Amino acid sequence: MELTETFLQLILTLDMTVRLSVVLILACLAGLFSERAGIVDIGLEGKMLIAAFFSAVAAYHSGNAWIGVLAGIAASMTFALIHGIASIAYRGNQLISGVALNFLASGLTVVIGNAWYKEGGRTPPLAGEARFSEITLPFADLIRDLPVIGPLYADVISGQKAIVYLAFLVVPLTWWVLFRTRFGLRLRAVGENPASVDTAGISVNRQRYAAVLIAGVLCGIAGAYLATSQAASFGREMTAGRGYIALAALIFAKWRPFYALMACLLFGLLEAISNLYPNIDVFGIFSIPVQFTQALPYILTVVILAGFIGKAIPPKASGEPYIKER
Amino acid sequence: MANDSVLGRLTDAAPAIELRGITKSFGAVEANKNISLKVSKGTIHGIVGENGAGKSTLMSILYGFYKADAGEIFINGRKTPIPDSQAAIAAGIGMVHQHFKLVENFTVLENVILGAEDGALLKPSLAKARAVLVDLAREYELEVDPDQTIENLSVGHQQRVEILKALYRQADILILDEPTGVLTPSEAEHLFRILKNLRDQGKTLILITHKLKEIMNATDTVSVMRRGEMTATVKTADTSPGELAELMVGRKVLLRVDKKPAATGKTVLEVRDLKVKDSAGVERLKGISFEVCAGEILGIAGVAGNGQSELLEVLGGIASASGSVRINDHQLDLTGRYSDGQSRRARGISHVPEDRQRLGLIMDFMAWENACFGYHHDPKYQKNPLMMDNGAILADTEQKMQRFDIRPPNPRLPAHSFSGGNQQKIVLAREIERNPDILLVGQPTRGVDIGAIEFIHQQIVALRDAGKAILLVSVELDEILSLSDRVAVMFDGRIQGERITAETDEKELGLLMAGMNVEAA
Repeated sequence: MELTETFLQLILTLDMTVRLSVVLILACLAGLFSERAGIVDIGLEGKMLIAAFFSAVAAYHSGNAWIGVLAGIAASMTFALIHGIASIAYRGNQLISGVALNFLASGLTVVIGNAWYKEGGRTPPLAGEARFSEITLPFADLIRDLPVIGPLYADVISGQKAIVYLAFLVVPLTWWVLFRTRFGLRLRAVGENPASVDTAGISVNRQRYAAVLIAGVLCGIAGAYLATSQAASFGREMTAGRGYIALAALIFAKWRPFYALMACLLFGLLEAISNLYPNIDVFGIFSIPVQFTQALPYILTVVILAGFIGKAIPPKASGEPYIKER
Repeated sequence: MANDSVLGRLTDAAPAIELRGITKSFGAVEANKNISLKVSKGTIHGIVGENGAGKSTLMSILYGFYKADAGEIFINGRKTPIPDSQAAIAAGIGMVHQHFKLVENFTVLENVILGAEDGALLKPSLAKARAVLVDLAREYELEVDPDQTIENLSVGHQQRVEILKALYRQADILILDEPTGVLTPSEAEHLFRILKNLRDQGKTLILITHKLKEIMNATDTVSVMRRGEMTATVKTADTSPGELAELMVGRKVLLRVDKKPAATGKTVLEVRDLKVKDSAGVERLKGISFEVCAGEILGIAGVAGNGQSELLEVLGGIASASGSVRINDHQLDLTGRYSDGQSRRARGISHVPEDRQRLGLIMDFMAWENACFGYHHDPKYQKNPLMMDNGAILADTEQKMQRFDIRPPNPRLPAHSFSGGNQQKIVLAREIERNPDILLVGQPTRGVDIGAIEFIHQQIVALRDAGKAILLVSVELDEILSLSDRVAVMFDGRIQGERITAETDEKELGLLMAGMNVEAA
């Protein structure tokens, strides 16, 4: 009896882990594309935030969640393009450009939201078709009663929203694109030694723009997921630092897609734990305060960024504008 | 020296490369002035010239890196505009850059196909490249493991990958920019075998170098560039190193260093079991011992990156180490409070660092400021306890500039506006004029033109003859052989062998540089 209870708790935790990891996975892969091409992207946060806002607005007015996603992608790509122009064409400082975009998104969403809806930056709640609903995979109800596999399939794998499946598909897709295609080879080369691509007679800048825009698309989907799947409207600062956590996960993952998936699931798990079990009792002696469990993902971020997890070597040319030498 | 038979041969068939009136300026600097050149098919053509003579600019124009302001390029007799590298590759031109353009964490195969893939998916391209590489390896002695990542290859093998890259793109014309700068003598020998092989298969090669010996050994024809102009094109067999040097500099140059036998005195520097670890914890110096006496030059030979830089940094007070170093029987502090450059100078050590632009000078500061760095506490530079006597430093610098023939002799110019040779003379003047007991000098003539090399060598020998000890670190074996009285060869953080210069030769030192154990003769 006790065991079943624990198992159900586990299923619940896993289910929540999956849901909460989606944003991180998409953002982390966005960062991966960008940094593998040599463009440091600290603006994941801002891109997701602006995407979340415009996806909520578009979904609300159109009544269609997919239109919300498209709007989110468009908004995020606009930001990505600004970052690209600043750091590729004008060889600006990539950190500063990213931070500036984060501030811009943070301010813009609240100002516009207030002006349009007068709800303190919130957008009106989404209902019906304007939100994504859960997809039940085939046979989910049929095998629900099987031990272990049944609930795992029915409650964790099945019954998620469309973007969840999309995010998990993007991981192998990213790997395939990076390591099995000409596009990926050139993209990685541009991030390691752009001169090698330049001397081969191929445009470094075009390759970098492509990477930055792909990052824009992925951040757009991530932001739209926040507003139209995880929540049911846009709320100010609703990304809550997930863009930075995704960057930490990217370092943790050593810029590799499948490691990125694992790293993001770990962060998702920590967040799920803090949501489900705010107060953890330790042998009945004392209970860990809720603030601590909530801070767990951020603590792990700091630990990773401080370099406690082995040596992570970033792409060699990341952060450096490419200037043809004389 | 126009040789009719050469010119005759050059005009026989359509030349592989013909440049007509190439002109290129960067701002006010005319890097190439109306340059015309013909290179016939199936030959190795050398281009020599001092730094800044315009060799690299010319080749960059040929490879589509820059666009010429005026002039035309003909490939195999056909007029071929080359607006970018893609066009150069399409015209059958390949280039092996001085600094390799390889992606270090890619495999050899990935590097070879990069930019020359056959389709959107990699698999077929990789399979094709693998087959082509096997053929090329057999044909030209270009063996290299296709699945190895670049960072795991020796420099010589990395260079082969660069050549393979060009051949994979079906280059008929191969430009090599200073290809032997990073190679051991045996690797260089292998390279020249490959080049001759390629030539015999009908490829045309252009070899840019500042080493006259290589020109003499490897090329069929040679062009000399000076100050953006092509001053001569001759058949290699009809010329001599002395003549080429004269053409390069514009006056007679002494290629050999004139020096008397050394009159050695007591031991000045004694190094025992010196060990250094870098920031990653890798041992860079693995326990080396040697000594240098007054009145002698000890040359440290070796391929770059075998611990020579670390040795200079420790002795110069830039890095810390374990072991023992004694100067004039005084034990030096290697880790503590007195292990800095200032304390070293106080002990009579002067240091001309390898990387003069990073460690020897502040490029944006003026010559007179640079000429007193490190010695700016000297009382003769102080007006009163609070203020420096800039007038005294200026006057002092002017004298130094005169004695060391630094041009232009204007102490108020920033360091970066001097040529490489004159920058080096500023550093050298500063260090030598302090009359040190021992001079540490790293790569004294790297990036320095031939005329200045002659002068710098004379200064170093003069200091030796004045009874000072000199530790010379250089990757140029010729420089080591002509200057030093004894040679120690470094390999992988150790001293692989020590020889009296007069009793050894390039071949033996080359083996030591490659890490072989050679019994002293």
